[in-house]
Amino acid sequence: MGEMDDIIKEFLVESSDNLDQLEVGLVELEKDPSSHDLLGSIFRAIHTVKGNSGTLGFPKLEAIAHGGENLLSKMRDGMLPLNTEITSGLLRMVDAIRQILHLIEASGTEGDAEYQEVIRMLAELLEQEASRPNQTEEPKLLGQILAERLRVPSDAIDAALTKQREGDLRRIGEILVDQGAVPPGAVLDALKAQAAESGPPVAASNIRVDVSLLDKLMNLVGELVLARNQILQFTTSQKDATFVGTAQRLNLITTELQEGVMKTRMQPIGNVWSKFPRVVRDLAVQFGKQVRIEMEGSETELDKTIIEAIKDPLTHIIRNSIDHGLEMPAARVQAGKPAEGTVSLRAFHEGGQVNIEISDDGCGIDVERVKQKAVERGQLTREQAARLSEREALDLIFLPGVSTAQQVTNISGRGVGMDVVKTNIEKIGGAVDVHTMPKQGTTLKIKIPLTLAIIPALIATAGGKRFAIPQVSLLELVRLEGDQAEKGIENIQGAPVYRLRGHLLPLVYLNQELGLGETTSGSGANIVVLQADEHQFGLVVDEINDTEEIVVKPLSKQLKGIGCFAGATIMGDGKVALILDVLGIAQKANVVTEVRDRAVVDTGARHTDVVAGRDAWLVFTVGGGRRMAIPLAIVARLEEFERERLERSGTQMVVQYRGAIMTLIDIAERSSVNNGDAEKEKLQVVVYSVAGRSVGLVVEQIVDVVEQAVVVEHREEDGMLLGSAVIQERVTDLLNLDALAKATPGQEARA
Amino acid sequence: MSGSRQFCTFYLGGFFFGVEVDKVQEVIRHQQTTAVPLAPEVVGGLINLRGQIVVAIDLRRRLELPPRPAGQAPMNVVVRSDDGAVSLLVDEIGDVVEVEEQDFERPPDTLSGTGKELIRGAFKMKRRLLLLLDTEQALKAA
Repeated sequence: MGEMDDIIKEFLVESSDNLDQLEVGLVELEKDPSSHDLLGSIFRAIHTVKGNSGTLGFPKLEAIAHGGENLLSKMRDGMLPLNTEITSGLLRMVDAIRQILHLIEASGTEGDAEYQEVIRMLAELLEQEASRPNQTEEPKLLGQILAERLRVPSDAIDAALTKQREGDLRRIGEILVDQGAVPPGAVLDALKAQAAESGPPVAASNIRVDVSLLDKLMNLVGELVLARNQILQFTTSQKDATFVGTAQRLNLITTELQEGVMKTRMQPIGNVWSKFPRVVRDLAVQFGKQVRIEMEGSETELDKTIIEAIKDPLTHIIRNSIDHGLEMPAARVQAGKPAEGTVSLRAFHEGGQVNIEISDDGCGIDVERVKQKAVERGQLTREQAARLSEREALDLIFLPGVSTAQQVTNISGRGVGMDVVKTNIEKIGGAVDVHTMPKQGTTLKIKIPLTLAIIPALIATAGGKRFAIPQVSLLELVRLEGDQAEKGIENIQGAPVYRLRGHLLPLVYLNQELGLGETTSGSGANIVVLQADEHQFGLVVDEINDTEEIVVKPLSKQLKGIGCFAGATIMGDGKVALILDVLGIAQKANVVTEVRDRAVVDTGARHTDVVAGRDAWLVFTVGGGRRMAIPLAIVARLEEFERERLERSGTQMVVQYRGAIMTLIDIAERSSVNNGDAEKEKLQVVVYSVAGRSVGLVVEQIVDVVEQAVVVEHREEDGMLLGSAVIQERVTDLLNLDALAKATPGQEARA
Repeated sequence: MSGSRQFCTFYLGGFFFGVEVDKVQEVIRHQQTTAVPLAPEVVGGLINLRGQIVVAIDLRRRLELPPRPAGQAPMNVVVRSDDGAVSLLVDEIGDVVEVEEQDFERPPDTLSGTGKELIRGAFKMKRRLLLLLDTEQALKAA
């Protein structure tokens, strides 16, 4: 039984490969119908599928493949020209075969569905030009050659073929030789001729390996690298020459082994791309557009897991390009472009990363429309939209629910998509960027790491702890000695900066960001210059230790929310070190904020009570138009609750929210302001989290999100306020959330 | 309901706890932990479990018990979860005990706070109560 399973498994894999080849071939053939090589390879692919299904006893599969083979055989003989209908028909056949293969994989049987329709369709296509009767059913390739070369009587070959069909497992040549019809040498010659005709034989040097086995190997190599690191560290304290020598050898071998195993997991991106011609063709037919797909750099290699991860996002982007990037042929001609639109894919390595660019020469993205859509959906106000730069506005397409499509089709335009694309790519440590030119097209640029498993990293210490910084983000290291550290680091209203070749580099102290204690690293300072998105910043650490190849291990779910760490790794001494998420740290330290360059600090205002520089604030009103603001950064969501959903727990107002109970704080009630709208049906609630717990702030109305420098004018006695500030030219109270949260569990605060 | 079940037991702040034996991957002595800055309080740190990085949950903090006395090193009860192995930091390891299903009782309603979330009930053993820990709940940080 086990053996049988193996055979079927191999059949499934092989057939799936053949179908891939068939699909790619068909789409290419459409462009170049005269190519005999292509037709030949397509024919061979379907022939193999048919032959194998017959041998393994899958009659439905065989029947369908047989129909396709007949059709292709005729085309190969030049009796039937290729047209769109035939291509579509053959592609449908491929789909049907795939479907059955899936069933076989899942249940071991061909399933109950009948595929008469597909078979009939293939037969009808065949009849289209039924000028001559179907000559032969079997592709007498070898037989034909023998017949032509040696004038072997065709009835001898027919007899041999019949034998084969009746279950004789020998090859046709063998049967003929046994029958004495031909000398053995002639068969050999004919076989050679056949091989020459069909191009180079499939390399016998390849074997199939289960991916899970590779994954296991990869893990083991990861462990080996760790053990190697430990031994190397130990070696430094050893004097035994033999031991040191052996350790060095172990080091070299491990490195080579690691590279080798990594290579086994590398696949050309073409493996994913090969599906796209079919996708493009189907979509083009569906939308009545003419589309050509161009690919460049399909040999660019990527780790298998990454290839898997980018497959869906890429497909989605291509669909988008065709559906609402490219115009209808008539419109294109009118705009002075060729009727046929182009979608091009480009992949290349650069700086340890893989770049993938998907561009179309369509109409580009209408930035105004995107803004309008976002405003309609309430994702930003009209004023905010007006203030956005072109670039920021374009980034709106990555928000959930924003679509650039004029109308919703069943393929795209529903506005769920680009946000998922972005999330999926960011999940594997990549970044997406969009560029568009009105009437000229759109380009999406994706940058992704080569591999996720083992990366080079810089090991640095801060607050007495070791951290690994991925070298991809590392630009340079700056060491300031002695008083240079004091003089070199200047500060702008509390924000430290360093002049790096004439430019101000914002500095972030790692120990402060991570809430670690101050450490006295002696004199001097170490600045790790890092790249986060488009911004550079200097991460100040206590000590820079070394660079090392580290094995990235994911963090468990309890720690994913922190946002500052990309994973963890085991160091040479066996201890665990955290891997910094450079982008996360930059975001936490506000290095990466969209408005960084635009926000001009309100000069002239009192310098005394600056609580925040250029933060974004959520402005809302409570009890009769009193304006209040809280930092946008801490707001998790804005929600609306029906009043009837409110429940009470003790004296506390609560609501069931995402499977948990969320405490509601009514500020109006707290700050003894009369809430005039007690009868309102719906409550506007600002959800934020305190110590991992969601808390809801009941407000009267959300006013706006404001990004500006805030200067606190004076402090109120009221403990719940940090003070007041002028925001949007109106006095606005800044709520002290910490004080509010502290007052929440006990109910006394109400008094 | 009849029949008996096996529990891996441990001590925590004077209480006697049990976890279903089939949920426990292994029990190991004190391991060096790496603290995770900014992590929820209940996260005791990360440990290296033979090349696998495992998060350790400080059960005392999770159950809001007073902190472990200084100088007392916690032990690790490594349990399996959907998210991989997770270690529970406990005071001391007990035996594997076999208890009767009929001796089980749900916790009293007077139990409040985190105990209510984390303790599924108690087995009435001869000399003491064996508290059944809900590991899924315990692994939810915060």
